[in-house]
Amino acid sequence: MSKSKYIRKYPVFTEEMKKDYTILIPTMLPRHFKIMIGIMKSYGYNAVLLENMGPDVITQGLKYVHNDTCYPAQLVIGQMLDALESGKYDKHKVALMITQTGGGCRASNYIHLLRKALEKAGYGYIPVISLNFSGLEKEGAFKLTVPLVHRLLYAICYGDLMMNLVNQTKPYEKNIGDAEALADAWTERLTSEMAQGKVSRKLAKQNYAKIIEDFAKIPKQGVPKPKVGIVGEIFVKFSPLGNNNLEDFLVSEGAEVVVPGLLDFCLYVVYNGVLDRKLYGRNRKSAIIYSMLIKFFQSYQMDLIKAIENEGSFNAPMPFAKVPPLTEGIIGMGVKMGEGWLLTAEMIELIHEGAKNIVCTQPFGCLPNHIVGKGMMKPIKERYPDANIVAIDYDSGATKINQENRIKLMLSTAVMSQDKRPMFK
Amino acid sequence: MTNTTEFISKTGENFIKLGIDIGSTTAKIVVIDGDKPLFEKYERHFSMVRAKTLELIKEARPYLEGRPIKAAISGSAGLGLAEEADIPFVQEVFATAEMAKNIAPDVNVVIELGGEDAKIIFFDGGIDQRMNGTCAGGTGAFIDQMATLLDVSPDELDDLSLDCHKIYPIASRCGVFAKTDIQPLLNQGARKEDIAASIYQSVVNQTIAGLAQGRKIDGKVMFLGGPISFNRGLKKRFVETLALSEENAVFPPFAKVSVALGASIYASKQDASFTYDELCSRIEKAQNTSGNVQTLAPLFETKDEYIEFSDRHKKASVEMGNIDTYCGRAYLGIDCGSTTTKLVLIDENCNILYSFYDSNKGEPVEIVREQLSKLYRLLSDRIKICGSAVTGYGEELIKHAFSIDFGIVETMAHFGAARHFQPNVDFILDIGGQDIKCFKVRNNSIDSIMLNEACSSGCGSFLETFAKSLGYSISDFAKMALFAKKPVQLGTRCTVFMNSSVKQAQKDGADIADISAGLSVSVVKNAIYKVIRANSASELGRNIVVQGGTFYNDAVLRAFEKELGHNVIRPSIAGLMGAYGAALYAKDNISGNSSTISQKALEEFTHTAKSATCHGCTNNCSLTVNTFSDGKKLISGNKCEKGLGGTQSGESAPNVHQFKRDYILSLPQNGAAKRSVGFPLALGMYELAPFWHAIFTQLGFNVILSGMSSRNIYALGQNSIPSDTACYPAKIMHGHIQKLIDEKVDAIFYPCLTYNFDEKAADNHFNCPVVAYYSELLHSNMDSLRQVEFLYPYLNIENEKELSRGLYEYLSPKYPDITKGDIKKAVKCGYEAHKNYMGAVELEAAKAIEFARKHKRRILVLAGRPYNIDMETGHGIDKLCEMLGFVVVSEDGVWKMAKEKPKINVLNQWTYHSRLYNAARFVCENEDAELCQLVYFGCGVDAVTTDETRDILEDSGKLYTQIKIDEITNMGAVKIRLRSLIGALEERGNSHEQK
Repeated sequence: MSKSKYIRKYPVFTEEMKKDYTILIPTMLPRHFKIMIGIMKSYGYNAVLLENMGPDVITQGLKYVHNDTCYPAQLVIGQMLDALESGKYDKHKVALMITQTGGGCRASNYIHLLRKALEKAGYGYIPVISLNFSGLEKEGAFKLTVPLVHRLLYAICYGDLMMNLVNQTKPYEKNIGDAEALADAWTERLTSEMAQGKVSRKLAKQNYAKIIEDFAKIPKQGVPKPKVGIVGEIFVKFSPLGNNNLEDFLVSEGAEVVVPGLLDFCLYVVYNGVLDRKLYGRNRKSAIIYSMLIKFFQSYQMDLIKAIENEGSFNAPMPFAKVPPLTEGIIGMGVKMGEGWLLTAEMIELIHEGAKNIVCTQPFGCLPNHIVGKGMMKPIKERYPDANIVAIDYDSGATKINQENRIKLMLSTAVMSQDKRPMFK
Repeated sequence: MTNTTEFISKTGENFIKLGIDIGSTTAKIVVIDGDKPLFEKYERHFSMVRAKTLELIKEARPYLEGRPIKAAISGSAGLGLAEEADIPFVQEVFATAEMAKNIAPDVNVVIELGGEDAKIIFFDGGIDQRMNGTCAGGTGAFIDQMATLLDVSPDELDDLSLDCHKIYPIASRCGVFAKTDIQPLLNQGARKEDIAASIYQSVVNQTIAGLAQGRKIDGKVMFLGGPISFNRGLKKRFVETLALSEENAVFPPFAKVSVALGASIYASKQDASFTYDELCSRIEKAQNTSGNVQTLAPLFETKDEYIEFSDRHKKASVEMGNIDTYCGRAYLGIDCGSTTTKLVLIDENCNILYSFYDSNKGEPVEIVREQLSKLYRLLSDRIKICGSAVTGYGEELIKHAFSIDFGIVETMAHFGAARHFQPNVDFILDIGGQDIKCFKVRNNSIDSIMLNEACSSGCGSFLETFAKSLGYSISDFAKMALFAKKPVQLGTRCTVFMNSSVKQAQKDGADIADISAGLSVSVVKNAIYKVIRANSASELGRNIVVQGGTFYNDAVLRAFEKELGHNVIRPSIAGLMGAYGAALYAKDNISGNSSTISQKALEEFTHTAKSATCHGCTNNCSLTVNTFSDGKKLISGNKCEKGLGGTQSGESAPNVHQFKRDYILSLPQNGAAKRSVGFPLALGMYELAPFWHAIFTQLGFNVILSGMSSRNIYALGQNSIPSDTACYPAKIMHGHIQKLIDEKVDAIFYPCLTYNFDEKAADNHFNCPVVAYYSELLHSNMDSLRQVEFLYPYLNIENEKELSRGLYEYLSPKYPDITKGDIKKAVKCGYEAHKNYMGAVELEAAKAIEFARKHKRRILVLAGRPYNIDMETGHGIDKLCEMLGFVVVSEDGVWKMAKEKPKINVLNQWTYHSRLYNAARFVCENEDAELCQLVYFGCGVDAVTTDETRDILEDSGKLYTQIKIDEITNMGAVKIRLRSLIGALEERGNSHEQK
């Protein structure tokens, strides 16, 4: 179903446009996306990561998107329209890129909502590119070729690694800003490396080791801080635009942040392809491919984990193979819309990793999260009585003060039960 | 200083403890020396957080000076102050727990209600602290708002509640919904005493359902916070609802300062200590730092701008007649609105002879009676009332009470008035006390109507309540806004959210003028972007008339013009337009003598209202019976004709919704079967009941349906709902499950279905996440499910073979006697049954259409999802449509009749909604058909589908009507919308004929 017969026509990103069009990409995972953009550039796509934040973003979103639509859609679309109106880009030489999941959640419709919003705002001629792995919208000049996907996979690995290391370093760094600066330097180095075509698993492994080594060298001090995990709807979980700079807030309140990586989400999406076969007998052929893909992705993840473990200064994330079984007796693996069973599994994963304090983020009225987030807190707390979970809704009308007050409540409990013996010599 | 804490047992401390708690509306302070309380105070801070704190500390000066002070601040509005002044801060729930642990270690549960927060702490088995989520009503500010609505002080509300006879169901989840429930009760004449108690009950329900979420509240319960300690009625409702014995319900004397007390205990454990002067100077300094609140441009930059603005609007006025000299015919128009009553008398030339505008003080009948007697005295023999019409919420009541000639729907009254004023009007925006109404006008008739919904209800009464809570009259409050230098940006989602935005602004040091201006902008933005959903002024047209009482507020008017970027017309009678329109209607439509109550009859007029319950069906509607002096009765609150005792005449029309209900409820049971299985009749089970029923019956089960939903069923399962912003049809599922468990079925079945049937009409055929996976949530949150076998397999129903495989794999370990062959046979029966059911629905729809055409009636596709037919979650809206003269069909009955496929802008991937789009196409292709979409509050999918359905319909020149429903039980607003649709259709019909 490359092109739906039920959908009206829309402008397509053509080969011609590739030459001189700028592709705008919303701020979702700043760390990962920066590397990805570098890679896309090396493939001849002139991509730019949007950095405009502030109240105008949501004002545009509220203006052009149905206000009952989820907050991430309002933000992503608002950010793009705000960028278009900023005058920074030639509106006739610009294309927009948005991710599309292709599941039963309304998130699959973001791209269409974006097109509608563009139409309303008088930019109906601007092409929108769908970034998806579900085979939606195959027409157009943006092609996810195997080498490109392969490189993007590395970008995800590098992004996850640095996110992980920054989170473990930042709360303890002697010189404020060391961790971020190091991550930025590495991002630049990795991007230029890949742009030069230097891509191999061997090289990646070497890079992992060097990155970890560099982070381990950053001078640290202080007593252990309570670990606070973040799970949630993918946009508000990762994007500072979506969660009011949640990570920074937690760090400033004296917590160490733990965020399960993006690779887990990718694995989850692929894994669902396998489950579709198992539960519903659908798509036998693709299920075989999905199974192979999982093995492939997992081996990449293991490279990362091994590198962290070998060095020994940092905690490595749990290998994906161990994640699905965590849900046993709590939620079925068939829940595959939105973040589905993964969100529940990640809460349990965090508890296992010592981050029993958890912020579960969701856009106000997020449908899947009723079930996999708020709906699963009771059984999780029953199994892990000291789990300290707070659900926070993000929305254009929700105020930071209300969110922070609730997070502070969670933190009070976290601090109370925290071991305060010094951890650095 | 009396009985606070003789409990704090630490002695020998060399410092004084100071606890400060700054909530959303009040500031509390306690000073403790060792275990001796020296000083305590509880005062409203009217938004002046820093000043009030300083004032209270200065008041406590005699107790503080000369010794080191350990101090801590708590409370949601205290956060910013604590940060800026660098004084320890403690989260308020934590402070409460701290207090309880130290002072009352035998308490099992603490329930604390604050101004805008509600909290519950369980102490057994590890402390479990919970706070209300971002969407929540049922707190102190809510009670204050409700008191304002009833026009009583909070104390009077409490007194009233003690004399209640009856509790009405009031939506407890959201303050806005509650208001929507209460307003019509008031207008129908329900007793204030009963309403007052019902308000408290809704607060109690909210606390139990929203916070405890299934965890049982028992043992010793301590109640804290202002609202509980001040309101005896609320105490009573809590104790009764939780069935607490006297010794287990603890209402400590220090309840209202409990958080401050906790803060003082917390403070004593901190290292920081201050002198009195240090403390004051820190807070003073904090007072001067400016916040990081987002601000907007001022409404008026200069005085001249304001003068130009006022002069321009002065021009839009109406001719006034002189009631003291006029002789001849006159026409009366009454607009009995939700919070105000308006009355206009016009002469033959449409000049106004007399007008009246005031709050109805919850007693609309009395106000109108008073006005009419006053009017009759003024008229003497010179002027004769030759026609009268009434509109508004209280239309029916007033029409019956005073024998008014016509009752017309509000939207038509407003349109009539605006058109008289500006014949070329192409857009009308009316912001009243409770409602926002907008209509586009095309070809001299109403083209589309938009009304505000639950989440877009920031209207006039909201501004007024806010002004009052900050200690100002609405007119002073509005005046302050005009020249505010930095109006704050407050968001628009809903009034509860705006409350907390104001809290944020307060924290950041915004002053009241800026808040007032910010609120005006919020109301306007709400109207433009949420109700009208416009992108630019040009979309609204050239000739915009604004009206409704709220537009008397110059700040709102100015904010509206600024937001649109061009000028609009505000008639001088902005607040009277409904009444004026009604008077015009009476003048144009009266033939023969007016039936309006005579002066003599008016003198003898009496009115009493009594509450009752209708037992006509399982709905058990709450009725209000109004009796008037001539023995006439008006019964309101009913959802259908039954309770009225009237009989319907003529051949009854088919109603596809009713047909579906009857079909599903008559699915036979098999009492002889060796085991039973219960189906909860909610969400996806509705449509698939015949399918699963056939399969399980064939497999040897006695299938027991949980039956039609009701408020009682909802209550059965309310305490296990973990996410209270899910849609009502999902939340009621808990009750259905509980009912089946109580009926002692052997098993309960509700499968997880990612995919629905593939009807080959869309890109994909998903169920929504809630329909698909709600079983997982039920399994995790309903402890009682452990008493039965809960069957919730993941199944693929689009493929017969796969379904058989899946069912066999799941059922055979549990029921070894069931063979593969049995399942195969049963599944076949299931498909047969499903086909028969869908076929029957289509046939019934065809019959209904034929009937409508034969009798020249309008066809209404009441569309949405299969579970709309539920009498509780769907509120029996189909019955109402029937009463209004429509022949009701459903989307699943007609979607295949569409000749063309609709083209849409979005991914068409949900089975239920691809039917909806096709049904909309069907409506486009048929002159005599209309569509009304039922949308559930909280449904994310519908944010996508409503716009698409609207586009499909409007592309073909059809009207789009949407009804958003939740737990709201009163049908007033729904009726207005449907009647507006009829009114618009009639207008269109007339203009067709004229052509």
